[in-house]
Amino acid sequence: MATGSTGKEIGSAVAAQFLLDRREALPALLGRHEDFLIVAGLSGSARDVAALTRNGPHAYILVGAMGAACMVGLGLALARPDRRVLVVTGDGELLMNVGALATIAVMNPANLAIVCVDNGHYGETGYQKSHTSLGTDLAMIASGSGIKLTQTIEQKADIPAGARLIREANATAFVLLRVKPTEPPPDQRILDPVLGRHRFRATLLGE
Amino acid sequence: MATTWQDQIFDLLLQHNVTQFAYVPDAGHKILIDRSLADPRVHSVALTTEEEGVALLAGADLGGARGVLLLQSSGVGNCINMLSLIKGAGFPFLALVSMRGNFGEANAWQYPMGQATVPVLEAMGVMCLAADTPAEALATVGAALTMVFRAGRAVAVLFTQKLLGAKLF
Repeated sequence: MATGSTGKEIGSAVAAQFLLDRREALPALLGRHEDFLIVAGLSGSARDVAALTRNGPHAYILVGAMGAACMVGLGLALARPDRRVLVVTGDGELLMNVGALATIAVMNPANLAIVCVDNGHYGETGYQKSHTSLGTDLAMIASGSGIKLTQTIEQKADIPAGARLIREANATAFVLLRVKPTEPPPDQRILDPVLGRHRFRATLLGE
Repeated sequence: MATTWQDQIFDLLLQHNVTQFAYVPDAGHKILIDRSLADPRVHSVALTTEEEGVALLAGADLGGARGVLLLQSSGVGNCINMLSLIKGAGFPFLALVSMRGNFGEANAWQYPMGQATVPVLEAMGVMCLAADTPAEALATVGAALTMVFRAGRAVAVLFTQKLLGAKLF
């Protein structure tokens, strides 16, 4: 049973690499979030982004269509080479469409970065273990897909290098942020997908 | 030099500022795919599965760009849940579908998804416009461009086996 208290570990049998607190590590990694156009995946990572940006119109937050986040980010990055595009998603959402990493690696837009907040669990459905708790390494999958710039963050000391990667890389970057399976921030997401699209476009395109 | 109906469709798509061409390799779309690969004005995005293209086109729209998904009827089945994004958020969506599993099809494996293509697309809010001749194909893509990028609809143009010819495998 999930609990809302910060720091309380919900997932079972937490592996040694999953130590960081998502509520501290992700804001530290992203820094000034307004510098990015953000696409957020489902569940925990979407709640992270909604809280961090205070539901800013520069973030398009997916609440369904699992597996879409990376490719929405690619389409946006190709459309707007003048802006840095950041995909923030979770291990479960990414696992549903890992082929997208190969597609993105081939295109390799320099203005696209992907951050996978990996807690090793499917938080929204009751904290069942995901494949990343059981041996799957998404950074290795990204690397094997052809994404040349990848980094795994497992401790605070790794964060500054990751922050530089998502901001300054001259090719598509992939950062795996391993965190404890603790509750994401309280849900502040806009659940209306039509409103989310209109807000994002109105702000970016003046339409 | 634009000589085939597919070349004319490529030129028409460019005239309407379509700049993202997403595809899974397909014989029926060979000319469109090759033209998109050769043209530096557009992004040619090879997908590992068709549903990636649905999400790609939503991202393009968020950035103010236009795209098209080139797929085979069997690939429509790979798109079903991802079309939630299009229908739910009201993204414009243009797909060109090369049909298998109907008129003259010799490969039994192609029938299940070929026959389900229209019901599946319509169930997910994508209007289907079939084209049986080269002239119809060009006119239908033109109509679809207006429906998608002026009216914000989701439209699939189906290139039938009367147009493409039935395969014997």
